[in-house]
Formats: sequence, structure tokens, C-alpha cells
Amino acid sequence: MSSVPSSALPSSPAQPSSSALRLAVALDGAGWHPAAWREPVARPRDLLTAGYWTDLVTEAERGLLDFVTIEDALGLQSSHFTEPDGRTDQVRGRLDAVLIAARVAPLTSHIGLLPTVVATHTEPFHISKAIATLDYVSTGRAGVRVQVSARRNEAAHFGRRTVPSFRIEELESPAVQELTLDLFDEAADYVEAVRRLWDSWEDDAEIRDVATGRFVDRDKLHYIDFEGAHFSVKGPSITPRPPQGQPPVGALAHDTVTGAPFRLLGRSADLGFVTPHDTGQARTIVAAVRAEQDAAGRAGEPLHLFGDLVVLLDGDPAEAAARKERLDGLAGYPYTSDARIFTGSPSQLADLLQELSEAGLTGFRLRPAVVGHDLPAITRGLVPELQRRGVFRHAYEADTLRGLLGLERPANRYAAASGAIAPEAAAAVTTA
Amino acid sequence: MSEPRKPVKQIHLAAHFPGVNNTTVWSDPQAGSHIEFSSFAHFARTAERAKFDFLFLAEGLRLREQGGKIYDLDVVGRPDTFTILSALAAVTERLGLTGTINSTFNEPYEVARQFASLDHLSDGRAAWNVVTSWDAFTGENFRRGGFLPQEERYSRAKEFLATANELFDSWRGDEIVADRTTGTFLSDAKAGAFVHQGQHFDIEGQFNVPASPQGRPVIFQAGDSEEGREFAAAGADAIFSRYATLKEGQAFYTDVKGRLARHGRTHDQLLILPAATFVLGDTDAEAAELAREVRRQQVSGATALKHLEFVWNRDLSAYDPDGPLPDIDPDLGEHTLARGRAQVRMYRDPLATAREWRELAAANNWSIRDLVIETGNRQAFVGSAETVATTINEFVQADASDGFILVPHITPGGLDVFADTVVPLLQERGVFRTEYEGTTLRDHLGLAEPAARPGTPERGERAVAS
Repeated sequence: MSSVPSSALPSSPAQPSSSALRLAVALDGAGWHPAAWREPVARPRDLLTAGYWTDLVTEAERGLLDFVTIEDALGLQSSHFTEPDGRTDQVRGRLDAVLIAARVAPLTSHIGLLPTVVATHTEPFHISKAIATLDYVSTGRAGVRVQVSARRNEAAHFGRRTVPSFRIEELESPAVQELTLDLFDEAADYVEAVRRLWDSWEDDAEIRDVATGRFVDRDKLHYIDFEGAHFSVKGPSITPRPPQGQPPVGALAHDTVTGAPFRLLGRSADLGFVTPHDTGQARTIVAAVRAEQDAAGRAGEPLHLFGDLVVLLDGDPAEAAARKERLDGLAGYPYTSDARIFTGSPSQLADLLQELSEAGLTGFRLRPAVVGHDLPAITRGLVPELQRRGVFRHAYEADTLRGLLGLERPANRYAAASGAIAPEAAAAVTTA
Repeated sequence: MSEPRKPVKQIHLAAHFPGVNNTTVWSDPQAGSHIEFSSFAHFARTAERAKFDFLFLAEGLRLREQGGKIYDLDVVGRPDTFTILSALAAVTERLGLTGTINSTFNEPYEVARQFASLDHLSDGRAAWNVVTSWDAFTGENFRRGGFLPQEERYSRAKEFLATANELFDSWRGDEIVADRTTGTFLSDAKAGAFVHQGQHFDIEGQFNVPASPQGRPVIFQAGDSEEGREFAAAGADAIFSRYATLKEGQAFYTDVKGRLARHGRTHDQLLILPAATFVLGDTDAEAAELAREVRRQQVSGATALKHLEFVWNRDLSAYDPDGPLPDIDPDLGEHTLARGRAQVRMYRDPLATAREWRELAAANNWSIRDLVIETGNRQAFVGSAETVATTINEFVQADASDGFILVPHITPGGLDVFADTVVPLLQERGVFRTEYEGTTLRDHLGLAEPAARPGTPERGERAVAS
């Protein structure tokens, strides 16, 4: 709470130049409330169709949002943290998030697309080229949200490693801590390999030099030679460097005893999704993540922190609260979340977002409780309210996701290494 | 021409996006990007405008090398197959979308959910060309590395496909009821349950993508070995072959179709679709002249030397491509010079090939480049639209194939002239569709629903047992 006075906060390199807020929505099935699919406005039989996802992302783009994230997992959804629940009264079954993002990319023009990928069981080589290609098909609007999986049942879908069985109450036990540290270390390695692969082609590697018959300048293609505890990757990628150079990488992170999730943000991410329930918590979290960023030697680099909130929005705040109660009744239990659950009016939410942003959050990722209701409430209620207050854009000001997030197109690490100081320049410095 | 009583076959046509090989002419002024989505969209729209069955993407998971260096003379680089196909589903409505996906450097659960997702997102247009690999060279990009002995690649591929089919079949297709009143979303808590225990995969759990419109993607196979032919005859819906001459095509067709009965399958359950290049002109003579020019574009002097190295297994960079063939013999040691490509396996007796090529070159006064141009893959179909339409139809009616996967040499516009000139002639002759009749790729190919559709007691029992 007040343990970290605001004057002690490290100055954030990611603070936007204006007071503008950045807004994203997290898309998952019919919405984040387990009974969302039962609302009249829901389309539970359309969840596996292209039309459904196109409508959602188009609506988000209509609201000028920075990006959408798309949830995913390598197993059926579950109300239990670590294992399947066998329930039949909630949405079960989903599509691959990268493919959903690719399917909507040609039908949208400005909004960023961040599918979720699970680092634990997939190949960094495949994911690197998939996100690079998403960046090509969206002409510079791709990002990726990286997740780990500690679920034993998901490991059994791959049969390559065993994960111990544990309950959420055992999260802080030594064995589970060890597992989590390992999974997050692997995720950091994964992001590093993916990023190197994106840079493994210099931007001007393709030369099409008819005179010499050479299509590429192979001196501008680089082996990445990544070696980690769980995998090694030689490179280069088969896909040229994506339009953004480095599509933004995001991750959801909670405050845990090991500190591993915040460390992943500090080491590897451009976007951190965090779950403060009030401004005091927000300050603490921001300070903790910035400390990890400093420790990773990335103090000067942009790292946007987005606050996650589940939202139920109605013009009349009482109606939003009543809606939550009604949905909880249908679900058979009160819905809880790692993120704060907000019920109220768009104007009340705008107040809260402005207040939380004071703590150093540069944006918010809203999780619509019922996507058919709360997504349009965001785009047609909250967004106009924020615009009235002068803290949200009136039109898209950039064509790429990095552009929307105020991130420069980064130099290629390999080009920088080989061409930082040309021999003549070095000689000139020495003789000067 | 066809036998009197034999019904006229309908031709199947597909379009292979120009790829990483020396068929693709990147030096032509008309050649566009092979990475930008606009190229793929143009190509796919042309194929759909021409009512083609499907678009086909090849794959290579490591940049090719020769002499320890990245091979730089052909097109280099390609996008991710699944991502491109899903994006193409947004700009087409009927065209089938076939992706080549390796069974060695992937896992069944992930590949099955990607194909099932693609099939949902394209309303039933997904197809999977199942290929195998074993080389440690490509494996260096993956978690598993080059772990697979060469002789096990088909055994892994077979088990990979069988496992993926179990996953596709793990949902019957009627489990999602989404009844708001009763609060029942799924009618079966065990939907997607699977157990697979085998030599290569020991996995169990629940598949998380409900049954897609086609149930399973259409399955292609591309290998040509004895094992590859058996693999195709046992479980593929279509085979992507490289025999585009009449005699070879007929022999292959007879052989592969002849294997079907032993696997309890009928003649029409496996389509044979060779890859075929083409060059069109206003007249046959003009096309022949163009074809010669294209061959020279495809085989530069540098490319010719590199091609010779496949056989010689030696660094030949000191030789003049416009001069005579090397008089030294090929190195018969392990082939390490060219990596990440299949061509080296085509020359099984390099000494004999070298001898034969020297004789040919001497008899015709050919330089190294002339020899590679003359003996390399010429275009399968060269002529006026009329000639090419006639030839294609003859091939199909004479059972050399069921159609062709056309490989243009220009990205992305190389298919346009075929679509505009040859397709209308085939349509006039009544051997190619003028409109799509169905919506799924299975419909276009005339394939029945997959045989082992779920809903059988077997699946329920297995699910309960698990």
C-alpha cells in the first residue's frame, strides 16, 4: 500500500508522452464469467467459427483499442487451477489462438493481435516463424503472449516430461516452487530463442542480385546458436525478419514467493499484464517489476505494464452488480479471479483506470465478463468516456502495434554486432 | 484417348505456391515477394477464380546449405504454413488449403489442434501433406534434435498420423449442445478423451478442439519409396507425386492404385496428383522458345555448378560453367556437401551418372550449364493453351493421374495465364468444374467422409476405460 511512496518510484521509461491510456481486451470464449455463455446475448454455438472471432476483433478495432489478446491452452478449460474438472456446464473446447489471430488479420487494419502460446510444450522455432508470419499477414500488428503450463494433464498430452500433481494450496511448497522456477526459466529461454530467430535475418538480407545470381546476402543471415537447459536452436529462421523487427512479447505475471513471473517480465517482456486490486498494490507491483527490469540490465528499455481487470459494465451500476449476482447464480458459485472484478458504469471504470494509472500502469487489459455485452460496453461506453476526458485516442495514430505502443522499431542485434564500428571508423577513433 | 465405355473423368487441379527451389524464377522483372501476404492472397484468389481444388504449400525447416554455407542462389525463406493458410481462409471461400507439415519435428497433439482449428476457421477446407524427415541437420532447430534413425521415419510418420486421427475422432461432433435453460454446454464430460500407447507416442488425456467440419483434414502423402507408397495406400486421400510424363505416370498410378485393395480401400479413395510445371505461349513454337528462356533463368552458371556438386559431392566452384564437365570423378564418401535438400538422394550411382553426363556433353558439345539445362527438369507442359489443355486431359483420361498440382515459376502472377486460358478450355470440354459444387475440400475431391468417423461404441468404451 503506502510502503512505497510515489517519490521513490523509479522513473518509468515506458510512460507515454501524453496522459493517454492504452487499452486492450482479453478474449476468451463467451467471456470470462463461467456462465457468460448462458446470457441471451452470447453466441455459444459460434465459438469455433471464424465469423465469431472476426466480429469480436472488429468491435475492438471499432473502439480504437491497442490490441486484443486471445487465450489458449493445450488442454480443455477447467475451473480448477491445476487439473481438469470434468464439468459440462461451462464452455469447453477452443481453437488455436495463433490461427484465430491469422484468420482475423486480413479483415482488420489497425488493431494489434496477441495470441497466447504455451512455451512449455511447443517449439520456439515454430512459434518464432508463426508470429513473424502473423506480423506479415497483419502488416505489422502481431505480438505474442507467452504462458507456461504446470498442468500434469497437459504434459500427458505430449508425453515428453512429467509434471507432479499438486493443488493450488501447494503453490508455495518447495517442490512446486522448483517446478515454477524451471518453467519460467524455460519461458525466458524460449523468448530469447524466439527473439534471436526474428533477428536472424537482417532487414536487407534479400538482395535478388541478378548479376551474381544471389538471392540473399548470406552474410546477413545468422545462426543463433541458442543453448539452454531444455533445448538448443541453431537457426537461422526460415522466415525473414518480421515487419516490426521484434513483435511485442507479453506475459501475465503474479507476485509469487519465487518472484519468477516478475523476473520473466523484467528479463524478456515488452508488455506485462499484472493484477493489482487497488492503487497501493499497483505501486508495489510496478516497483517490483521495475526492480527486476533493472536487475536484468534493461532499465532503459520500454516495458509497458497493463493492469488486468474483469469488467461488468452497465449504465446503472446496480444493474452491473445484479448481473454479476445473476451470473454467479447460474454458475452455482461466486466467480472469483486473479484480477479485480469491476462492476459499475463506464464512467466509474474510467475513474478507476485513471486512478490506477497514477501508480505507473501505462494501460489496462480488460477481460469482458460477458463478451457480447461487456465488449461493446467498453468500445461504445468506456472509450467515448475516456475520449471526453482527453485520455484516449480519437483515431489510430499508427499502423503497427509497436507504433501504437510507442515502441521504436528496434535495431537488429546481429547487424549491430557486426556493423557497430566499421574497421575504418575504429581506426579513425584510435588515431584521433 | 479413353476406352469407349470408360466414363470421362473430371480433372482435379491445384496450385503450388512457387517455392524454395530452382523452378522459381526470382530474377524475372515480374517476380514479386514470396513472403508478403499480398502475394499469397493474389495467388489464392487466382486459384479460386479458376475453381481449383486447392492451394498447396511446401515446407522446409532449415535453410539449405552447400559446402557449409547457406545456399543463396534460389529463393530463400518462407512463411509459417499454418499461419498463412489461416489468413488465406479469410480471403477465399471455397479453395482447399493444403499444408505440408513434418511428422518428425512436431507432436501429434499440437499438429492435430492446428489442423482441426484450420478446418473450423476455413469451414472445412484443410488438408495435411504428411512428410517425414530424419536428418540431424534440420533437427538442430528443434527440441528433439536429429533423434530419428532413417529407417524409423515412416514408422514414426504412420504412428503420428494414426495418433492424430485418434485425436480428430475423439469428438463425435454432437457434444456441444449449449442449452441455456438446462445449463448443459457439453453432453459428454469425456468428449475428446484419448489414450495412445505406442512405440513413438505414449500420450493420454482430452483433445481440446471439438470435431471440425471435415472431421479430419484431407491427408496427402508425398514420398515415392516403397514405404511411402504403402503409407499412402494405407491411409492417404491423395498422393503428391513427381511423375508428370505419361508412361511414368501410368506406371506409378497403376502401382499405387493397385495397392488399395490390400488395405480394404477402393480405387476412388486415393487421388494421384503429380506436380507439373508449365509454360504457355500463343503458339506451340512461341511456348517452346519461352520455355528455353525460362530454363536459362532457372539455371544460371552458378546454379549449374551447384547442381553438378549434388552428383560430384565436391566443391566445383573453380570450374567454368560455360566450359566442359570436370574430368575428376565424384567423391563417393558420405554426402555432406548439400544439406537440407532431397535431390542428393536422386543420384544413387554418382559414377555412372557422371560418366553418362560426360558422354552426353561430349556428343552434343554442351557446357556444364547446357548439360544441367538440358538434363534437368524441363517443364511438364509446354505449348499453347489449346495444346496444354489437350495434353492434361489426355493424361488424366489415360490414367496417368487424376489431375495436377501446377507449379508456376513466377510469384505470384504465374498462375494467372493458366487460369485465364487453359481452364476455360477444360471447362468447355466438360472435364473441369465451372462452379464449386460443394463447400469442403473433401467435396471438391469427391472423397467420402472419413471411414472411422467417431460415434462408434469403440470410442465410448475407450473413453470410459481411460
